[in-house]
Amino acid sequence: MSDMVSSRRPIPDRLGTKASRTLASWEVLLFGVAILIFIFNSLASPYFLNAWNLSDATFNFTEKAMIAFAMALLVIAGEIDLSVAAIIALASTAMGAAAQMGIGTPGLVAVGLGVGLLCGAINGLLVSGLKLPSIVVTIGTMSLFRGISYIVLGDKAYGKYPESFAYFGQGYVAWVFSFEFALFVVLAVLFGILLHATNFGRQVYVIGNNEFAARFSGIPVERVKFILFLLTGLMSGIAAVCLTSRLGSTRPSIAQGWELEVVTMVVLGGISILGGAGTIAGVVIAAFVMGLVTFGLGLLNVPGIVMSIFVGLLLIITIAVPIIGRRIKEMGPRA
Amino acid sequence: MARLLKNREILLLVIIVIMVSGFSTRAPGFASPANLANIFNDTSILIILALGQMTVILTKSIDLSVAANLSFTGMAVAMTNAAYPDLPLALLILMAPGIGALLGAINGFLVWALQIPPIVVTLGTLTIYRGMAFVLSGGAWVNAHQMAPSFLNIPRMPVAGLPILAWIAILIVIGAWFVLTRLPFGRATYASGGNPTAAIYAGINIGWTRFVAFVLSGALAGLCGYLWVSRYAVAYVDIAIGSELDTVAACVIGGISIAGGIGTVAGAVLGSLFLGVIKNALPVIGISPFAQMAISGIVIVLAVVFNARAEKKAGRIILRDRGAKEVSA
Repeated sequence: MSDMVSSRRPIPDRLGTKASRTLASWEVLLFGVAILIFIFNSLASPYFLNAWNLSDATFNFTEKAMIAFAMALLVIAGEIDLSVAAIIALASTAMGAAAQMGIGTPGLVAVGLGVGLLCGAINGLLVSGLKLPSIVVTIGTMSLFRGISYIVLGDKAYGKYPESFAYFGQGYVAWVFSFEFALFVVLAVLFGILLHATNFGRQVYVIGNNEFAARFSGIPVERVKFILFLLTGLMSGIAAVCLTSRLGSTRPSIAQGWELEVVTMVVLGGISILGGAGTIAGVVIAAFVMGLVTFGLGLLNVPGIVMSIFVGLLLIITIAVPIIGRRIKEMGPRA
Repeated sequence: MARLLKNREILLLVIIVIMVSGFSTRAPGFASPANLANIFNDTSILIILALGQMTVILTKSIDLSVAANLSFTGMAVAMTNAAYPDLPLALLILMAPGIGALLGAINGFLVWALQIPPIVVTLGTLTIYRGMAFVLSGGAWVNAHQMAPSFLNIPRMPVAGLPILAWIAILIVIGAWFVLTRLPFGRATYASGGNPTAAIYAGINIGWTRFVAFVLSGALAGLCGYLWVSRYAVAYVDIAIGSELDTVAACVIGGISIAGGIGTVAGAVLGSLFLGVIKNALPVIGISPFAQMAISGIVIVLAVVFNARAEKKAGRIILRDRGAKEVSA
């Protein structure tokens, strides 16, 4: 990714406090947006404020958000993975094929996660091993992974998953809290710790801010990037298990277009697309914002494709507003 | 340097020729002039889109909204034709690149004035433009009988053995070659991608260059909107979905560096033809068309590996910026 932009992000002298302040305000701003959407939705539709409906709404974003956590780390490190949705398709197809052979639920989960890891390893080898630009590599593997699903399935579909397999996408842990939502929360915490409280997380930031300096500081840049691709593959595998379990069937077009929604979620969450900045908390709030927007619009009978206009506008506006704000501030004293 | 550049395109041409002759042993008639003309005609829209994409990529940007732009513009033009059949055709044909250029200008403005990374901007406008196509049409299709015959027939009319669609592609190839190699704008395009810092010192306005590149890409996508709708005689929201990645693939296969500043018009055209030949050959040689996606995936990955090698060995641009150096280090 770093080679896609004209110049690296300028690093101000007062990085510490100022950066944390602007970051904090980003998450706060986003949180405000989430609350506004929440209030608007509950005023617009009488069906919105209902525990079960809200619980259903979480399915709009939990699977995408799981991938978004790993993608966030990848983007912070200055790379990107556009093949995540295709990994879901391939993992789901593999699970479907395994289910036809009569493999039980634990085996299916292993297949799903294994395929995810394998795809992540392929991406990681190509990007960190051969030092290729991740954006084109993953456009290629995206075609490849989904293409394999198409070769296997063509216009057919896999059904017939064991009954116990349905738990991952349809089961509830307690009351209205679904298994997926619980998993989302656990993963959010784990990724939060990984990024914000470990050496590894720090290395991810350093690589994103200055890969050159990272190398001189003895950070194994290639290994970190490889692990990040592996993680993204694994999370796509987990998302594939949940989605397949929820839908109960597999078609090669499963999760079509999700890569863009995941990237949107990451960027909306305040992760700098140029790398080096962002928090998991931001991604969590962005997941809620996107989930609430799609759910609220859904209750108002807005078609899915029109919702995507709102998501696209949300993406551009949330990025543009702070930039315009900074411009005005900079222009102030000079004028 | 010139020799190396030449090699790359000649190599690709040789591969395409080998592929075509290989396929024709399995399916006689594949290499017949009529079929080759047919493949070229089939690939024309991809070629035009890829040339727009290439111009944007050369400036170190990317335009993921081309297919959505095509869809919206195609829908707008088709609906206008269906609603006002009496409007002169020339006006509609001018309208298509006009609308496209406007949508491209929105991308370009956001990249230029607000300095939002192009991938983020076009990711957003990709969903917005296609969503607008839905809002415009209400999800309805515009079918062949609703559009005027002249509107539908122009791209299919044969002139000197080739349909007008193919001639339009040829004209645009020549135009793109002229603009990119013979005009100051072309030089600015290569400079702002190859070494932005040096470009600024040389007095090139990078933001403006990118803006114009996006406008050009949008205008070509808009023109393709008309061409697509009239060629396939139908307009619906999902036309050309996913084509934006095909255009990037064609560029990468053609040796255009995703990091900007490297690439030729011949490369983009050959990259598109490479994909076009595969697409047309699969059903002929009895491979399931479902395999096409996986094959183009492998080809893209191989092309990227190949590009990286070639760029590393030759060092086609003398002055590399720091980012590029670090990536290859």
